[in-house]
Amino acid sequence: MLALSSVPALLVGLILIGLLVRARPILAEKPFFSLFFSSVWSPLKGNFGLFPFIMGTLWVTLVSLVLAVPVSLLTAIYLSEYAPRGVREFTKPIIDLLAGLPSVIYGVWGVLLIVPLVGQVIAPLFGATSSGYSVLAGGIVLAIMILPTIISVSLEVFSSIPYPMREASLSLGATKWETVHHVVLKKGLQGIIAAVVLGLSRAFGETMAVLMVVGNIPRPPKSVFDGGYPLPALIANNYGEMMSVPLYDAALMLAAAVLLLVVLFFNVLARLILIRVERRSA
Amino acid sequence: MSRLRPVPVLRRRKLKERIFRALMAASVLLVVGCLALIVGTIIWKGLPAMNLAMVTQTPKGGYYLGREGGILNAIIGSLYLASGATLLAILFSLPVVLYINIYAKRNSRLASMTRFSLDVLWGIPSIVYGAFGFIIMIFFGLKSSLLAGIVAVGLLEFPIMSRAADEVIRMVPRELLEASYSLGATRLETALKVVLRQCLPGLLTAVLIAFGRGIGDAASVLFTAGFTDRIPTSLLQPAATLPLAIFFQLGTPFPEVQQRAYASAAILTLIILVISLLARGLGRRYTRHIIK
Repeated sequence: MLALSSVPALLVGLILIGLLVRARPILAEKPFFSLFFSSVWSPLKGNFGLFPFIMGTLWVTLVSLVLAVPVSLLTAIYLSEYAPRGVREFTKPIIDLLAGLPSVIYGVWGVLLIVPLVGQVIAPLFGATSSGYSVLAGGIVLAIMILPTIISVSLEVFSSIPYPMREASLSLGATKWETVHHVVLKKGLQGIIAAVVLGLSRAFGETMAVLMVVGNIPRPPKSVFDGGYPLPALIANNYGEMMSVPLYDAALMLAAAVLLLVVLFFNVLARLILIRVERRSA
Repeated sequence: MSRLRPVPVLRRRKLKERIFRALMAASVLLVVGCLALIVGTIIWKGLPAMNLAMVTQTPKGGYYLGREGGILNAIIGSLYLASGATLLAILFSLPVVLYINIYAKRNSRLASMTRFSLDVLWGIPSIVYGAFGFIIMIFFGLKSSLLAGIVAVGLLEFPIMSRAADEVIRMVPRELLEASYSLGATRLETALKVVLRQCLPGLLTAVLIAFGRGIGDAASVLFTAGFTDRIPTSLLQPAATLPLAIFFQLGTPFPEVQQRAYASAAILTLIILVISLLARGLGRRYTRHIIK
């Protein structure tokens, strides 16, 4: 059992090493700069520029964060500081369910509702033309998918703040919101950052739902109404052909390795912050 | 002449309170509304397209062009795959979780390291598990098959189940363990006969949560499980899965096939809803052996 309990740590390393070993051929053959900063993606001619896909991922992630962070923080504050018990107990399973819905379902829903909404309502409102399959549609769907992560981590952070601190603030005549602002948000700031970073890394790696609504155009997007092509979608869309074109599989494994490294970095960062927050409150 | 005017200030502070209260209420409604909207849309679009053939037949020739058949292959495939993956995940999670909670010292470095790595594993996107499953597959010379899919999804479920089970087992009162040791039980006996029994409902919930994640995941099976119109009869055959069936049907240019994608999405949503309800219900039942 001792051996088994080191499985999780070993597994993280094994996945990373496996991906890097498979990506080695392309790292050995192509210069680093052309892989990450070239916009030319034509596997048949041997051009593997990941830049458009990296930009696609960044755009979609950014849009989802801008949309999700305020909503999820306000929800978490309400549930932790304001809500009567009944509301909290009613909302908790709903947030769990939102986290448990498969990404394909989010994708189908996005195609049915969000894509037409963006294409026919939101884009014309801003004087843009869009098919609807866009960075914005991907960002909206992603935002909903990362809500549960940010909400539940923030809730844990808020509940670790000692109650007497709030009482001290209230007894000085602060309103409830002022207490939230100056005590809860201030004390919980690090934890909130960790919650947002966890949401971010969730958004970074989400595949199917985004793939279905984002348009998959291999060009760096110029506005939120343009189509984009995030890294996970690139991997998922091309797994079929990758074994028949030289270096193609190495390029996709490199994309997966990049994805993993970024997600690992954010996760380790967020978890370290959370451990510190937990230790301080204990 | 200067005069203290506390009233407008107070009014402004109260107004601020009200504005934020309204914003918060709106946010909560938005979150709850999103779930209602998603489930509502899927069921509303899916139910009219649903029929008995969908859930009792495999695809006949030309199914993806709009001909006869159903998606029984994908439903059964997904159930096989998620069950296998869940078994695999239990096999690895349970020893790990029991070890860090019963054998390792409380709050030991090993235990916190393991929890930390589990959290990190939990954050790894499913497409990466898919790619890693693919590498394993190539390494062992396997083709895309039920077995490869089970390995990839099993890896994906492992941290989810472990963390959920850990939360439960961590809550076992220390006195209970000590009572068991004082009666002369070994740690293994304590783990298997006392702790597992005490935690059974919570553990079942953990298993169901992991199963639900496994059955709904598409990105990890894309590389590994393949897709076929037949129901697999061995671990080495490829298997269709429900999420991929939805994805492929939606990707066809034929409206009648897209209708079936909506119906399939409704089926998957219903399965997930049932699993969630079961997980909640089980948490309440089977509490017979629990010592509070």
